Amino acid sequence: MALYSEKVMDHFLHPRNVGVIEDADGVGEVGNAKCGDIMKIFLKIDNGIVTDAKFSTFGCGSAIASSSMATEMIKGQPIEKVMELTNKAVVEALDGLPAYKLHCSVLAEEAVKAALKDYFDKNNIPYDPAQFPDAPSCASCEMH
Amino acid sequence: MIYADNAATTKMSPRALQVMLDVAQNAWGNPSSLYELGQAAQETLMDARSRMARILGAEAKEIYFTSGGSEGDNQAIRSCVRLGAAKNKRHIVSTAFEHHAVLHTLKRLEKEGCEITYLPVHENGIVTAEEVKAAIRPDTCLVTIMFANNEIGTIQPIQEIGAVCRAAKVPFHTDAVQAAGHIRIDVKEMNIDLLSLSAHKFHGPRGVGALYCRTGLPLYPLIEGGAQERNRRAGTENVAGICAMVTALEEMVANLDKNGAYVSALRDRLIEGLSHIPHSALNGDRTRRLPGNVNFCFEGIEGESLLLLLDQAGICASSGSACTSGSLDPSHVLLAIGRPHEVAHGSLRLTLSEENTEADVDEILKEVPRIVEYLRGFSPIWQDLVSGRRAHML
Repeated sequence: MALYSEKVMDHFLHPRNVGVIEDADGVGEVGNAKCGDIMKIFLKIDNGIVTDAKFSTFGCGSAIASSSMATEMIKGQPIEKVMELTNKAVVEALDGLPAYKLHCSVLAEEAVKAALKDYFDKNNIPYDPAQFPDAPSCASCEMH
Repeated sequence: MIYADNAATTKMSPRALQVMLDVAQNAWGNPSSLYELGQAAQETLMDARSRMARILGAEAKEIYFTSGGSEGDNQAIRSCVRLGAAKNKRHIVSTAFEHHAVLHTLKRLEKEGCEITYLPVHENGIVTAEEVKAAIRPDTCLVTIMFANNEIGTIQPIQEIGAVCRAAKVPFHTDAVQAAGHIRIDVKEMNIDLLSLSAHKFHGPRGVGALYCRTGLPLYPLIEGGAQERNRRAGTENVAGICAMVTALEEMVANLDKNGAYVSALRDRLIEGLSHIPHSALNGDRTRRLPGNVNFCFEGIEGESLLLLLDQAGICASSGSACTSGSLDPSHVLLAIGRPHEVAHGSLRLTLSEENTEADVDEILKEVPRIVEYLRGFSPIWQDLVSGRRAHML
């Protein structure tokens, strides 16, 4: 059996939404170079809708695939919906990840939320801090 | 497909494979049985032992067949510790970049009351005999230092280390798993007391190896049971595997100089080509390394994604990144030679054999720079390095 599902390989080999958004409304960076993965997500937000999402990722195949899938899942979605994104949903959309790679999906969720938090902060939009994990955290370090 | 992961395992030699089949079909008796069929297997085994001894510069009675490198390492170390404990000696000298078969055994022994000195291996990945000499204490029961490193291929000054140990009357074990069949070994000339090797690293079969233990040095069994291997290793002998191993090693040793010259020329061309990639660095000493070993770090990328893309391009390689090992930390070898974590995650090991060609090297030199550039293209670390927000380490 291959290490990764076909879906993971597809998103790894043909990552969607790669790049940076220079005039992004929200940017979230999570992870740690020491641990071997950093994910940076850029959001364009218009009228409460994520109109564009891009990512830059330093990491393994599943980190790149998770970033790609997460950006696909949030594009065109209202903020409230994006706030509900979970790592579990990313994993399911990828047809699963090996157990020791689950932290990659956690990073994707955290990166998306860190970008939203950045957007809220920049625009003085009130939010409940409890909704956000302690980003940037190093999920991979805590997993082991 | 280009196979460039010969330090992981090697393709079996056709001759060794044929011998394995022949012995399994014709000398399939149990060497411990007294009837003719068993005795034929016993003779085959004795012949293999003599041939293995001849290759290593040892005597037949100093060779014990094992299941591979890990078993040999475990047995050699544990046996010396048991011997030392009887004299209240519980200190071991080793290095920080041993194979896990040695390192994890030593970690366990620390918990069991041993004290270990892990010598530094410096930026070039080589320990010196002087450092070994300085680390030996009156209570040292063993020095265990690998012949050549499995990740960065650096060759240790084994003969000098052996001389230091001999003078101090401390048993010296070397894990020669990566060296056997690839560089010259003579246990007597090199003052080696114990040496472990594994067949599948030199085109022999998996699951078979050998342990050399010098006459006069007691060897305790790791596996208890029958009287095989003169009571040092229980279990019905894998005669077919053993014969195939000896055949493969003889083949390698007969062609040692020829292969060494050919493979190291390929290696040097590969190193030269890869060094043109900006912000990359060769890991380990440039010349004192195994003929087939190339190990690089590329800043700003992660090793697993590099391997997956190389696989797509038909190139089999390996990496010391944490993600490829399923552990938190990148390769302990790369950390031991002083590579920071960030850089160690972006490592690539290519290990060539005499089956690789110039065309293989050309292909690797076409693909690796392309993939490194592609991955750097969307790496936030690389973006930070380029913009100056982060300082280059390589």
